[in-house]
Order: sequence, then C-alpha cells, then structure tokens
Amino acid sequence: MAMVSLTINGKKITVPDDLTILEAANRHGIAIPNLCKHPQLTPFGGCRLCVVEIKGVPRPVASCTTPVNEGMEITTVTEQLEQHRKFVLELILSDHPNDCMTCESTGSCQLQELAYTYGVKGQEYAGERRTYAKKDGNPFIERDLEKCILCGRCVKVCQEIQGVEAIDFGYRGFKSKITTAYEDDLNCEFCGQCVHVCPTGALTGKLWKRKGRYEGVKETDTVCPYCGTGCNITVHSKNNEIIRITSRPWTWNEGFLCVKGRFGYPFVSSPDRLTKPLIKRKSGEFEETTWTAALEYTASWFRKIREEHGPDALGGLSSARCTNEENYLFQKFMRAGIGTNNVDHCARL
Amino acid sequence: MASETLIRVCMGPAGIAAGGKQVIEAFHAALVDAGVSAQVRERCSSHQVGCMGLCARDVLVEVHQGDVKTVYQYIKPDMVQRIVDEHLVAGKPITEWLVDEVYASFYRKQIKVVLADCGRIDPEDIDAYEAVKGYEAARECLTNRRPEEVIEEVKMSGLRGRGGAGFPTGLKWELGRKSRGDDKYIICNADEGDPGAFMDRAVIEGSPHAVIEGMIIGAFSMGARNGYVYIRAEYPLAVERLKKALDQARTRGYLGKGIFGSAFDFDIKIKLGAGAFVCGEETALIASIEGMRGMPRPKPPFPVNRGLWQKPTVINNVETFANIPAIIRNGCGWYAGFGTDKSKGTKVFALTGKIKNPGLIEVPMGITLREIIEEIGGGIESGRPFKAVQTGGPSGGCIPASMLDIAVDYESLAKVGSIVGSGGMIVLDADDCMVNVAKYFVQFTQSESCGKCVPCRVGTKRVLETLERITTGKGKEDDIERLEKLAGGIKAMSLCGLGQTAPNPVLSTLKYFRDEYEAHIRDKKCPAKVCKGLLTYSIDEATCKACGACLRACPSGAVSGEKKKPHRIDAAKCVRCGACFEVCKFGSVNRE
Repeated sequence: MAMVSLTINGKKITVPDDLTILEAANRHGIAIPNLCKHPQLTPFGGCRLCVVEIKGVPRPVASCTTPVNEGMEITTVTEQLEQHRKFVLELILSDHPNDCMTCESTGSCQLQELAYTYGVKGQEYAGERRTYAKKDGNPFIERDLEKCILCGRCVKVCQEIQGVEAIDFGYRGFKSKITTAYEDDLNCEFCGQCVHVCPTGALTGKLWKRKGRYEGVKETDTVCPYCGTGCNITVHSKNNEIIRITSRPWTWNEGFLCVKGRFGYPFVSSPDRLTKPLIKRKSGEFEETTWTAALEYTASWFRKIREEHGPDALGGLSSARCTNEENYLFQKFMRAGIGTNNVDHCARL
Repeated sequence: MASETLIRVCMGPAGIAAGGKQVIEAFHAALVDAGVSAQVRERCSSHQVGCMGLCARDVLVEVHQGDVKTVYQYIKPDMVQRIVDEHLVAGKPITEWLVDEVYASFYRKQIKVVLADCGRIDPEDIDAYEAVKGYEAARECLTNRRPEEVIEEVKMSGLRGRGGAGFPTGLKWELGRKSRGDDKYIICNADEGDPGAFMDRAVIEGSPHAVIEGMIIGAFSMGARNGYVYIRAEYPLAVERLKKALDQARTRGYLGKGIFGSAFDFDIKIKLGAGAFVCGEETALIASIEGMRGMPRPKPPFPVNRGLWQKPTVINNVETFANIPAIIRNGCGWYAGFGTDKSKGTKVFALTGKIKNPGLIEVPMGITLREIIEEIGGGIESGRPFKAVQTGGPSGGCIPASMLDIAVDYESLAKVGSIVGSGGMIVLDADDCMVNVAKYFVQFTQSESCGKCVPCRVGTKRVLETLERITTGKGKEDDIERLEKLAGGIKAMSLCGLGQTAPNPVLSTLKYFRDEYEAHIRDKKCPAKVCKGLLTYSIDEATCKACGACLRACPSGAVSGEKKKPHRIDAAKCVRCGACFEVCKFGSVNRE
C-alpha cells in the first residue's frame, strides 16, 4: 500500500493512500465533527458537518468522502467552516422536536452533543417541522421519525452489515423520510443494528422506554449468554434490574448484536423464570428440590440404564448455542463418563 | 409542375399539439382525392419531421418543389385541401397563409449545427440521415484516426458540456481515455428536467442518429464498449425514435461488433428515468442506472475515475454529443469559428415566456441577449415593457433589462449571477413578479431535492417558507437578510449542483429587483400585481354602471349592490380571486 504525506492544521502526517481525509485526521488524533459517518459504514456525505478546506480547492469539501492526496494542505477549523457547521446544525434543529428533557437518547445523542458544543438552539431558522402521526407497531424498535436527521446510517447498516435492506429513503425534498416498503410496520430481523448506529433518538428500543438514561444506571460489560458466538455486551441496570443492553463498538463483535442479545433480556427478571430445579414425581406434579438432589436423581437414572442396557443405550445431543468449552465438556462426559460415542450436535444436519 | 414535390409537416411536440398528425392525414387524403393527377400523388411524400423551430406558428408546413421552398404557417387540417388544389395542382401558392417577416427574422441570426438536420430529415429513417453525410464522421474516426487524434480534434474545437456546467468535452474524453480500467462506460444524459426547457427532446426527436453517432465517436475515443442513454420516461416520442434509430444502426452494423469493419465493439442501451429532476446530476444518474434511488454522492472520486459500476465513465449531454459529428466532418477550426474566446460554437436555447416567437433557437455563443429577445424572439408579446430574462432554469438567475447587451456565453452569464445552463430562456415582462418567480423556482428545487444533504433539504424549505411569507404579505423586515444568509449557506454547503445552485434565482432577483422584495415586505404591495395576498380590489363608484357582472362573478359574496347603484366590495369577504376584475367591461374594478 502506498503512503502519502499531507498536512492537517499544519501537522505533517503520512498515511496510507486509501484513506479519506476524515480517517487520516482521526488516526492522528484530529477530530472533525460529523453526524452521518459511522466508522463501520461506507461514507454518505449528507450531513455536511465534516467539511474542511483544502488549499487550492475553491469550496469546502466533505472530509468523509474525499480521499487523501499527496501534498494536500488541509484545515479543519476556520471561522468560516465553524459558521458553516453552525448553519447546518441550526437547520437540523429547526426541524427537530428538541425535546431532550424526555428523549430516550439524552446523554448519548451525537446531535445533542454537537448542539451543545456549538451552542446552537435551532431558533434562527425556525419553520415547519415534519410531524408524523403513525407509530410503528413492531415489538422492539421505536421509530420516532420526527427526530430523524436522515443521516442514512440505519439504511446503510441494514444493507451493508445485516444484508436485510428493510428500510430505505422515500419521498423527496422536505418530505424525505426513511421508510419501510409501503410504509408498513417494520417487519425485519429486529437485530437493532439501526438502533445501535442512530446518532439521535430517532431509533431506540421499545423496552428501554422510561426505564432510565444515565442517572443511577450501572454499566456491566459481560458476554451474551444466548449462544456460542459470545458477543460482548454491556448490561445497563438500574435498581438491580436490566433496563437496556448495548454493545461497545471496540469489542470483537464491533457493537453489533442480534435480536436476542439486544432485546431478549426480559427473561432475566421474569416471574416465569426457573431459579431452582424441579423434579416431576409419580403424582405428575413438579416438586422444588436442590441442585444436589436433582443431579443425583438424574445420575442415578443414567447409571441404571447403563447397567441394565449398556452405555450405547444412552445418547447425548448438544447445542450450537453452547460455547466450544461446554460442547467439549459434554462430549467428554458422554465418552469418558458414560462410555459411548453416541454424541451429536443440533447444527450437524 | 415542379419535378419533385416534397411536403414536410412539423411533427415536433408543438406541431403534434397543434394538430400536425391530422394535417398529415389530411394531406394523404387530399392527395388521393386530387387523384386527378396520379403523378402528383406519386411525387409527393409527407415526412414527419422533428422540430422546425418557430413553434408559435405551428402547424408549419413546407412545400419543396425542386429548389423552391414555400412555408405555410398556422395550418389546420381543413386548410390542406386548398394547398393541394391551388399550390400543388394549380401551381399557385396561397400567399395569405405564407410565413411573414417574423419568420424570416426568427432565422436570420441563427446558426444551426445541432439542429441542422432537425426538421429537415425524417428522424425515423437512417437513409435520410446518411443522405446528409450521417455516420461519415464515425466511419472516418473508426477507420482512419487514432482515438487520441479524435480527442485532439474535439479539444481544439473548444466544445464545452452543453448540459450546463460547460466542462471542456475533449478534456473529459481525454481523462476517460487515461483512466485505467478494462470496462468503461459512456452515458448520454437525456434527463432534461428544467421547467421550460426542451432542447434535448427536440434533438432526439429530430435527429436521433446524430446523438448515436456522437456517442460512437466518444466511446471510440475513450475506449468504452458500453453506452447508455438515460432518458426521461416523460418523453415517449423521443424514446420511441431513439429505439428505432438504435435498431436501424444495429442492423447497419454501426452498433455491435466490429463497427465499420474496425476492431471496435460498442452498443447502447436505453435507461428510462422515473421522473426525478436530480437524476440529471451525474452521480445520481449513475445510482439510478445501477438500480438505486437517484441520490448524488460527493465528488471526488469523479465518474471519469469511478462511475457506473465503479468503472471509468464519461457522461455528456444530448446536445454535446449531437455537436460531435459536425465537428469531425467540418473540422475543429470550423466549429471554433463560432462563438467567443472561451465559449465556442453554437448553443440551443428554448425561448419561452412573454415572447412573440417562442421556440427552439440555435445561436452562436456570444450573441447578445438583445439580439435573441428582440430580433429572434420578436420582442415582448404583450407589448408591455421587458423586465428580465431567466436563464438556466432552477439553477440560473434573472438578468434585468439593463443588461440586455451582455453576451450569452458561459463566462458573461456567470458574471451577472446566472448561468447558460442547459438552455432554458424564459422572458419576463412587467406583469411578472420577481419574488414570485424566485418562489416558483425554489418550490421546484425544494420538491425535487433528494433529501440527502441538510442544506438543500431543510435550507431550501426555509427559503421557500420565507418567500411564501413575503408574497402573502407576512414578510418581516429582516426577511431579506435571512434569505441572503440561507442562500449563502446553501450554496456553500450543499452536496451537489442542485443544492449549490438552488439559491441562484433568489440571489439574482435580490440583486437586481430588491425594490420588489422591499415593496412586498414594507408596503405590502406587489408591484406586478401578481401576489394575490397583497392585492386589494375596490370599485370605482364614478364609473360603475351597476351592471351586476361582478356581483354574479364573485364566488365569496363580497360584492354587494342594487340596480342602478354603484356596487361595492367588502374587503373582509373578498378572497382576491380577481373574478370581478376580469369580468368588468368598464374598467371600474381597481386592483392595487
């Protein structure tokens, strides 16, 4: 890979030639404001906040889409550029509910943070705001399109990462919106990648609503228990109850999860959840017991069957949802413990 | 009796609208009826021709007898019989139906390069095109010249992109040639969408083979084996003729494998646009061909490096391609002989609005606006004072009467805040409100914005809201400043050409007609009496004859009055529709 040298804000840097200006700047610790660019998605170039000046180029260019070139002299902050950014933020906020007080995303909203940084209130170009009466009836993802800034991240993640293409841009002009086919309720995998990449409160989890934002919220990094993939998750809890699950972008799963990992947590505090083992007695009723008693009961039956009919009378079927280590232990148990090779796995069709 | 008789009937869009088809049918019937002389019938042929230019005089009919050409105007089917009887049979042209001096002055200052064959040849007949040296240029290039030589010729001709931006065509082809890649594409942009512009449509309808030939030469120069014509579906006749032309060219071997016996393979597909203005922007056009929503993407990378399917792609406008065969045939020096220092050749304009001779014109670059409007256009139709001319469509600006003597070329128009654009030219008179004109264009760009970038999507909406406020009498003192700030921001920050140029109609009217904005805002008056919300109607009691016409016409019951007593208008009930003003025969209704 060829390297190119350029200067950003007077700082001379050398970077691979396939980077964009924004990527090159970020690599060298120079932050450029942006809303529509997501590190894991192809650039969009729509929010216009990442504009920079290049010496010899008459108009500001979007740094997220412009490739680096040898000898470029780039300036990321000038009075003019900051004015342009304020202008764009004013326009975005002029068409935004600005209800941060009650918004689910307050504190984790990139738009809010930029408005705060630039001191923009969205009053200067006040005008008509998009309003939508229809609510999406799906069970997982709250789509508040009035808060949508049309950065296109959700469309891109659905297409580029998940490969589902459940949503896209619809209509034109001020009426442009992100929509499903025929404007039906969202009916996808509900992986929630779109929620993960949304920079505002337009996409949030329905389960999260009014459960807590940051005050008194504890974040615990752990591993998703659902399957052997082992995605890293962050469990947000408040008053000893899980209120939300997210994933950090620098984990190996890059912040992406599936519907179970992201939204399948209510079982943890469900009253239906079994917390103690049960044994079904002859009466047909389940009876609560201890782990020791339950394991001994099961072991006694295994032993009985093996003695009477030989070890091959027993077989074990394991699950793809278990971890490698669990599956290893399981086959070891069947082979060394029971003494049979009758062990299989649900993924081996 | 003349040796060879040819009757040509204008079948351009305007000709068809005026009844050209019926006129042709009438000729067929009349020629049979006149059957008196079977000879006449045999010698005459009716050709459906593309645009002949002076649409206002449609249906235009030309009768060629040997070298003698007679042109009739305003022909209706029931007039055909007389032409056949008196002119064709008896040999006496009907003088009162002939075109007049206006027709002559319409053509005097025009130079036809692109439109040379439009209206002269049958666009559906490849033989007709070949009879006027069609495909000679392509044959010459493919069999006798190297691509670099062709590019050099186009570069030396000084031809610049006729889609509006004016990028040098030869340079674009050279970049396309140098761009690395096995598969390259050449695209003809026929997504003409400016309100009031119909140049590309006329060229494709009138001479589709010229466009195809231009594309073959372009493809050969850059090394493209595949071509697309991206044409709007709203042009069914153009699409049909283009399809026919492509089929004919394929049958002759001018498209396909080993064209003209050379080693060069090239073919062209048609892609229909689905009616989005923004798809005229090249990156949006590419997205549309790829099957995606037509949304522009930032450049660089430019299409010439990464275009259709990520391959090097050259995109030229219809008119640009149509210029190419003539440039190759006649040489770059001939073409560069027209025009100015930096803007060479001729340009087609769609002259519309309050003009006597609306229609399609082709003029050398550098001609003055005055020559176009007064000499070719015949001046203002209404006789009211000329006010401004809007060039370049929604991306252009309004040029005031005081600047009529500027030259029409890329640099001069840009200097005064407008553009050549694709060639729309709308003439405005004293009855046009400039704020309203600006509002019209912003309405257009706002509703055609793809929604991708914030300045265009939200910014133009705020501009439109401000203009709506001003034109309904709710304008505020700081609205002009607000417009200027918005316009500046949108221009600087928008992603593509649509947004970057969307404020031009506002900025240019603010520059030259600021007093009109101020009248709307401060005095709550529309000087041109166009903006309904600012008009008040009253009845002049001294001249009112109490005829009751206004009373009957008023839809909101605002007019009251008894017989023989002057009527009155109740301003609170008046909806300002102007019905009373229109019906009053005595001029007693005042509109202010």
